[in-house]
Parts: sequence; C-alpha cells; structure tokens
Amino acid sequence: MIEVAAIADAVRRAISLAAVELRPDALSAMETALGAERAPRAKRVLEQLIDNARIARTDRVPLCQDTGTVWVWLELGERECLSGDIYAAVDAAVAEAYRDGALRMSVVRDALTDRANTTDNTPAFMDITLRPGSGATVHVMLKGGGSDNSSVLEMLEPAAGIQGVRELVLRTVSAKATGACPPLVVGVGVGATFDKVALLAKKALLRPIGEPSADSAVAAFERELMDAINASGIGPAGMGGDTTALAVNVLSAPCHIASLPVAVNMGCCAVRSVSIDVG
Amino acid sequence: MPEPSTLTFPVTREQLASLRAGDEVLLSGPVYTARDATHARLVAETDAHGGVLPYGLEGQTLFYAGPTPPAAGRPAGSVGPTTAKRMDAWTPALLSAGIVAAIGKGVRSESVREAFAATGSVYFAAVGGSAALLATRVSASTFVAYPDLGTEALVRLDLMDFPVVVAIDSCGDDLYAQAASEWRHALAGLESATPEGSSR
Repeated sequence: MIEVAAIADAVRRAISLAAVELRPDALSAMETALGAERAPRAKRVLEQLIDNARIARTDRVPLCQDTGTVWVWLELGERECLSGDIYAAVDAAVAEAYRDGALRMSVVRDALTDRANTTDNTPAFMDITLRPGSGATVHVMLKGGGSDNSSVLEMLEPAAGIQGVRELVLRTVSAKATGACPPLVVGVGVGATFDKVALLAKKALLRPIGEPSADSAVAAFERELMDAINASGIGPAGMGGDTTALAVNVLSAPCHIASLPVAVNMGCCAVRSVSIDVG
Repeated sequence: MPEPSTLTFPVTREQLASLRAGDEVLLSGPVYTARDATHARLVAETDAHGGVLPYGLEGQTLFYAGPTPPAAGRPAGSVGPTTAKRMDAWTPALLSAGIVAAIGKGVRSESVREAFAATGSVYFAAVGGSAALLATRVSASTFVAYPDLGTEALVRLDLMDFPVVVAIDSCGDDLYAQAASEWRHALAGLESATPEGSSR
C-alpha cells in the first residue's frame, strides 16, 4: 500500500528541484561540449548557459522563466495499491510547489474555448503504468512550451524505412531548433500507435544524456542522428556552431504491419526532470 | 571578436541603423514585456485609436517574455525570451505603429523579416534557457496594463547590460538564416587549412 500523500510529496520535491537545478548529466554534457566547441560565439553561448545553471542553483531561482507544464509518470509496482485520489493529490502538490517556488503559472483552462490562466499551473498531465514487484517510481518533467511546440508526430509508411525516420528527425531539427533552445536533447519515438508514439518520444527524454540505447542497432542510429544534427552548424541558441544537440535518445516499439509512427519530442538546454523512488 | 557594443533605450531608428546581424550588444533602459495574448490586445487597442499605440509605446521596444515572480531580491526570479515566431501575426502592424525593436528568440517569417527592414527596426535575440542569468540584468519591473493576463501582462522592465545578438538588422539581414551555413563554411576553411583534418 502506498499513500497518495507520499506520491504527492515526491512530486512536490521533484518540481522544486527540477526547476532550479540543471540535470547533472545536462550540465556535464554542456561542459564537455564547451571543451570541444570551435565556434567563438557558440563558446560564449555555452558559457552563458553554464553560468545560468550556477546562478539558478545558488540563488534557487528557475533555470528558465518557462517553468512548464508538469508531466508526472507514476510507475507502480504491481503488488502495490494506492489509497486515495492520486490525481487530486498530485494537482494539489503542483499548485503548492509552483506557489512556494515562485514558479510561473503557464496553464490555461481550455485550449479551444477558455484560454484563461488556471493560476496554479494545474492540472498536471499524468500517466500511470504498472511494473513488476513492489514500490513505485515517480518521474516528473517540467516541459517548456518552446520545445514542445517544436515537436512533431508523423505516421510514415513502412516503405519510408529507417531513412524516412532519419529524414523526419533532421528536417524537424533544421526547421524548428531555433525555437527549442539548443543545445537540444532530441527524444525520438518509433512504433506503437498514433497515441502512444508521442509518449515514447517523451520518455526518451528521461534517459540520461550519454547513456546509449541498450539495443546496439538503436544506439548506432542514435549516434548517426547525433552526428548529422551536429554537422548542421545550427549551434547553441541557433547562432552557429558545433553543438546543436547534447543527445539523441530513441525508443522503438512494435507496431501495425501497415504503420511506421514517428514522434520527435524536443528537449531544450534546460531539460528538467527528476525521478524519485517511493515505498 | 570585438567587445559587445552598448545601447540604451529608448532609441531612434537612426541609432539602430548601424547595427548589423550578428553584432553582440548589451542593452540598457526600458523594454515592455509582450507575449501572444498581449500582442492581440495591443493591436486591437492600436486599431481602436486610429493607429496610435497605447501606453506610450511609440518608439519603444517589446520583449517577448513572461517572467517568473520576484525572487532572490530581484524583480523577476527568471526572465528570458520566448519564441518570437508566435508574434509574427501581429508584428508588422506594431512596427508600422511605432515599435522600433523587439527581443525574442528564434527564426521569424519572411514577411516579418521584410517588415523589420521596411520600417528600419531591429530584432534582437537573447539566449533561450539562460533566464536566471538574464534576470540579474533587470533592475526594475513596473506593471503597465492587462492585470488579468498574469505573466502575460504588459510590464515595463528596466535592463542593465542585458546581453543580446542582432538577429534581424534594419537592412533585413538575418542571423538565423546565415549562422548555420556560415559556420559550416568557416569549418570547411579550417579543415582544409589543416591537412591532417580537424583537431576535434
């Protein structure tokens, strides 16, 4: 049995941490990129981003003014049960963390009919899945609008093959990188169904930068995409240079014989996520 | 690389004419925050007043930004540029009415690039994702209009040495259109000058 209050507490702590502390893997990747970067302006942009991470961490202020929508992915051990209304508890945690952390309220009531701000950054966007065993893991991501807006989903035909996937990723980066705050973490989902492929791309952003796919063929594809993106010259902040992406993370899955679903979810240079084990 | 130049708002278009795409500039003085919802209202109010900008915005600069609340003793805990392209629908009208410059991030449409050139206005780009650092370059925040819009309200921010790069200059030259290909060309030059290949 896991109390919903324990999950809510994890969400609250994760938001407070993610908003002000750059992911250690992102900071480390940025420092490595600065050492390798050859374009003078790009070096200055990377220095500015590293300095930004230091200021945010020291002064406990948000890394980015867009403190995002909150995505919560709760992985629940199959032997557990939850007491109480998890959705209400998580929303209350989001409201509290955004108010107490002086974060920005960036959610409107209804995309189509009522674009008034909800004033507490709720609702959270939540997925709950089961996994073997006991306990739970709470993954929390604060997703900025600029990077999410730069994302795409296309239902390719199987004939397009891996070349089609490559072209879609490179075309998306080329067209949209400057609004997504490079250097990017590019999350790519391939397979599943129309609704599920976007979640694959988003989950790919949780994998630490520098950790390749466990599947060697997928890992090779990731390296190939990364090299092509960084050869584009787009660079940090889109102002030219070697460092356009810090990582390309690909997650693939089974799909229909007729389909090749592909989603690209952009992660920005202030990619923000924290995962906490509960119970 | 030359040191960044400095510029203090408000400025005339004559003062902006010498800036070139790619120039690094430290901005000081007042700018006005405006995001999507703010733009829609500003254009509606301007139209309703026979083309005259409200709130004394004639000759002023817009900053496409929605800050976080005050923190760490600063007027905004964090404040950085939002994606400029979302303002494209309203930008030509506001430049024609007298806005002389804008600060944002990312590429603009071709018609907006032309509007900057036609009016002699300038689009500055700030580094997205560096909003904690940029907030240290904001000395004051003064509410102007649209309280119901929350973070999207029209707010005057006073900048001091706020780092930007000229993204579209008054001739219509565009940093984003040139930066990637210029770096690829520079690199080709570097690599051909080192027969053993890149030092990377």
